[in-house]
Amino acid sequence: MLIRVPSRYTPRPSEITPPEVYRDRRRFLQMGLAAGLGLSVGALHGPARSSTTRPLAFTAGPFGTDEPLTPRQDVTTYNNFYELGTGKSDPSRNAERLVTEPWTVTVDGHCLNPGRYPLEDFLKPHALEERIYRMRCVEGWSMVIPWVGFELNRIIEQAEPTRRAKYVAFTTILDPANLPGQRLRVLDWPYVEGLRLDEAMHPLTILAVGLYGETLPNQNGAPLRLVVPWKYGFKSIKSIVHIRFTEQEPPTSWNKATPREYGFYSNVNPDVAHPRWSQRTERRIGDLRRRPTLMFNGYAEEVGHLYAGMDLRKFF
Amino acid sequence: MLSIQALGGLGGLGTNPIEYLTHETGIWALRLLCLTLLMTPLRRMTGWSWPMRLRRMLGLFAFFYACLHLSIWIGLDLFFDWALIWDDVLNRPYITLGFTAWLLLLPLAVTSTDAMMRRLKRRWVQLHRLVYPAAILAVLHLWWLTRADYREPMLYGVILAVLLGWRVIQRWPWKAWSGSARRLG
Repeated sequence: MLIRVPSRYTPRPSEITPPEVYRDRRRFLQMGLAAGLGLSVGALHGPARSSTTRPLAFTAGPFGTDEPLTPRQDVTTYNNFYELGTGKSDPSRNAERLVTEPWTVTVDGHCLNPGRYPLEDFLKPHALEERIYRMRCVEGWSMVIPWVGFELNRIIEQAEPTRRAKYVAFTTILDPANLPGQRLRVLDWPYVEGLRLDEAMHPLTILAVGLYGETLPNQNGAPLRLVVPWKYGFKSIKSIVHIRFTEQEPPTSWNKATPREYGFYSNVNPDVAHPRWSQRTERRIGDLRRRPTLMFNGYAEEVGHLYAGMDLRKFF
Repeated sequence: MLSIQALGGLGGLGTNPIEYLTHETGIWALRLLCLTLLMTPLRRMTGWSWPMRLRRMLGLFAFFYACLHLSIWIGLDLFFDWALIWDDVLNRPYITLGFTAWLLLLPLAVTSTDAMMRRLKRRWVQLHRLVYPAAILAVLHLWWLTRADYREPMLYGVILAVLLGWRVIQRWPWKAWSGSARRLG
């Protein structure tokens, strides 16, 4: 059972800028900049937004932040999505290589109601909310992104996991014929991720289907992705085709690749340094100066209790 | 306002301009270092003299880019937060390697003048062999900071292996026996 207690982060509905307004502002700024330079916006910013995104109907959700949103242009052109290429701008350039229709989601493992669903049927029962979350990449940069989605716990309740279910495992689409990055052996494909069941049930954990009021661009993990805002970005697995309830801790892609560097939990933690990067500070995209990184990415009040008594240096 | 978004966009520096500048200056330092190391083999194989005249300039350009790379990291990325900088230099192996490579290049740049060359004589040649470990450390630095896609560090690793391998072959004992051993720069 879940009781939603509004926290200090909960924005009033009136605080959320309607998507038309921020889109207009963005367009206005781009037009002004382009006019001033005598350049076209396309030439300035490279590929424009994907034409396949569609507006979504949603309400404002809890856990918001009043920090300025990272511009949509940055959210959709600076991505780690190795299936579409390992450079930051590769995913937006190769976006059309991800085939999202038709899309099937399989739910199975230790649960009473397993199933295979066409995406529309999978999403239909769930009303969408906007969640404005901080996103902290393990590489030391961060963004503020207005996601659109619903709480993962709704899917879990519907699936009715059995007592043996202790973890939830997720898998990204495997399609090396189309996805250029899956023809490189940079990771063991398909990408897999996992959460402990209580982490997956937490109201902060969402399945996102959109951002900035529209369906997800392919480079952001269309048509369905996880968002776990208190963990490093790579935990928020993109383009999910499979959700499985497991008894054992499921393997996760980066942990398999370099276990010393990426743990199963991968909670944002300024006190535990990555062997290659100090995690004390981060650069918010658009800022010149770094800022201190907050414990659990600033969501300690909401999620700290999940890790009470755990040695977070050992379970990094 | 501390936003450099517009500036970055205008300069084509992308969404994370500081990361972009750091990477570009580092890669150019490495490219110039490899070019510098190409000059001696080029001269030996072709007999042209211009590569040797270019060598010092290329070496100094490499050092200049290495200085830019280091300054951007210290001044822009970490904003002169010396505690953080020191922690990184000591505890992040790839930064330790990169910083050591820069330290090795420093005396080479200082002693690059004709006057220093005359003063140090034979020891100048010995000293300037530090360019080999510096180049190796630079490639390891790139290798170690790479997350999963090793194609770029591998490319520079192969280029450096060829450039240094050529020198090893030139010095191999059989060369001495056949009487064709030559001094290497």
